[in-house]
Amino acid sequence: MTRQLREWTPPALVILGAFALWEVGVELLGVEPFVLPGPRAVWAAYRAWEGAIWFNAAQTLYTTLVGFGLALVGGMLLGLAIGYSALVYRALYPLLVGFNSVPKAAIVPVLVIWFGIGTVPAILTAFLISFFPIVVNVATGLATLEPELQDVLRSLGASKREIFLKIGLPRSLPYFFASLKVAVTLAFVGAIIAETVAANRGIGYLMIAASARFEVPLVFAGLVVVAAMGVALFVVFALVERRLTGWAYRGQSVAG
Amino acid sequence: MRAAYTHDHQAVLAVEDVSLTAPRGAFVAVTGPSGCGKTTLLKLLAGLLRPTRGEVWVAGRPVRGPQQHVGMAFQNPILLPWRRTLDNVLLPLEIVPPHKHRLRTHRREYVARAQALLRAVGMDGFGDRHPWQLSGGQQQRVNLCRALIHDPLLLLLDEPFGALDAFTREELWQVLQGVWLERRFTVVLVTHDLREAIFLADTVYVMSPRPGRLVYTAPVPLPRPRTLEDTFTPAFTELYHAVRRHIGGGGEAATGSGGGGFGAHGFPREGTGP
Repeated sequence: MTRQLREWTPPALVILGAFALWEVGVELLGVEPFVLPGPRAVWAAYRAWEGAIWFNAAQTLYTTLVGFGLALVGGMLLGLAIGYSALVYRALYPLLVGFNSVPKAAIVPVLVIWFGIGTVPAILTAFLISFFPIVVNVATGLATLEPELQDVLRSLGASKREIFLKIGLPRSLPYFFASLKVAVTLAFVGAIIAETVAANRGIGYLMIAASARFEVPLVFAGLVVVAAMGVALFVVFALVERRLTGWAYRGQSVAG
Repeated sequence: MRAAYTHDHQAVLAVEDVSLTAPRGAFVAVTGPSGCGKTTLLKLLAGLLRPTRGEVWVAGRPVRGPQQHVGMAFQNPILLPWRRTLDNVLLPLEIVPPHKHRLRTHRREYVARAQALLRAVGMDGFGDRHPWQLSGGQQQRVNLCRALIHDPLLLLLDEPFGALDAFTREELWQVLQGVWLERRFTVVLVTHDLREAIFLADTVYVMSPRPGRLVYTAPVPLPRPRTLEDTFTPAFTELYHAVRRHIGGGGEAATGSGGGGFGAHGFPREGTGP
């Protein structure tokens, strides 16, 4: 209990401090609320629009998680294929790198042409942006297997499949889970990017609509909710990672 | 058991015209300067490499690929970090038939076997530890158990104690000797440490620098079980000097790698082979 307290106190204090600094700064410098509203104004806007905010946030969470789920399955499979076979690696890697270097925001208009405005472009953007880090991490985990470890199993007559199941797969899991907490926040960003361009629902859409009406406190309320959700998703997957691949941390609190 | 092999490996001749045999149950040590193909030799024996010329025979059969009656341990213990000690030791049984099909149904029997082995190397009660909770010497003991759990006929050791401190190393010599005297599998030990080779082996083979050839064979007639005290007897020292003279071939190599009195420790460590 006291250890938890010690662990959580510093970040909580920093966050509260940041809000306090924000409020005091806005007050002292006399910044207009339509330029930068203080936390109290943002809070008031949040209370006023609470229902709409959470309705749209739920939509964003939905598109994020669906896109992320697709990336998780696809990324794991492709990562394993790339790490497993040197041929697949050589054949696919350049394409993947090229694909990843296209800014995802530039793809959204294309997706809109194909799928129209709405949920699908958001899901696909979330998928596209979070797919690559998962692939790369899983492939790295497989590719960095110690050759001696493979020799130990090979000398016993283990098949390639057995080596993969006994050491390749478990060895790549920490890399996989480490990539998830990064990928899920990226998926969230992707979903919001798509919503700000082409959606009629979602927290990104809400913020764009609010800014069009100069409801700046509402824009900021949306931002704060976005940040909170991003942190929450990160924490969930960090905990999943800690739970499932604790062996990779050697009992110390080294964050990957 | 008979093992005779000739090998040239791609453009680089790693091992050439090496021909040696080890009777079943013998303890053989192979030593020589870095890069003389000792590791290649082990990989040939394990069936991980195929000779381009010549043949390797183990247990009366030519080696055509990996064989299940061989156990291997390297300098680096490379235990699986996500498995506890006991499950690390059991790993080969998940691969080698018939154990692989019996492991689930006869788990208790196999666990007892693993625990007996762990006890034999002084690791009783460590079965639940993760590898990172063990010292280097303890990891190497577990590594030894893993190499022996499927009762191999042939144990291949590639500098298993090379990374350990002198005291732990000497302790593990005695552990290995004890297990070997009890079970009498055949051992081929590759090492840079001449004291280790003479202490443990029935016969010490010396190889020349690349391409590796057999340049000297030294039978070790010392009685067993040998003690660390034995390593300071005149007979032991004489053997040591006889073997030492054949390391490094010519004079320049010998002076270049001689180091201090215990030259064997002064050698640069060999990589995973040419």
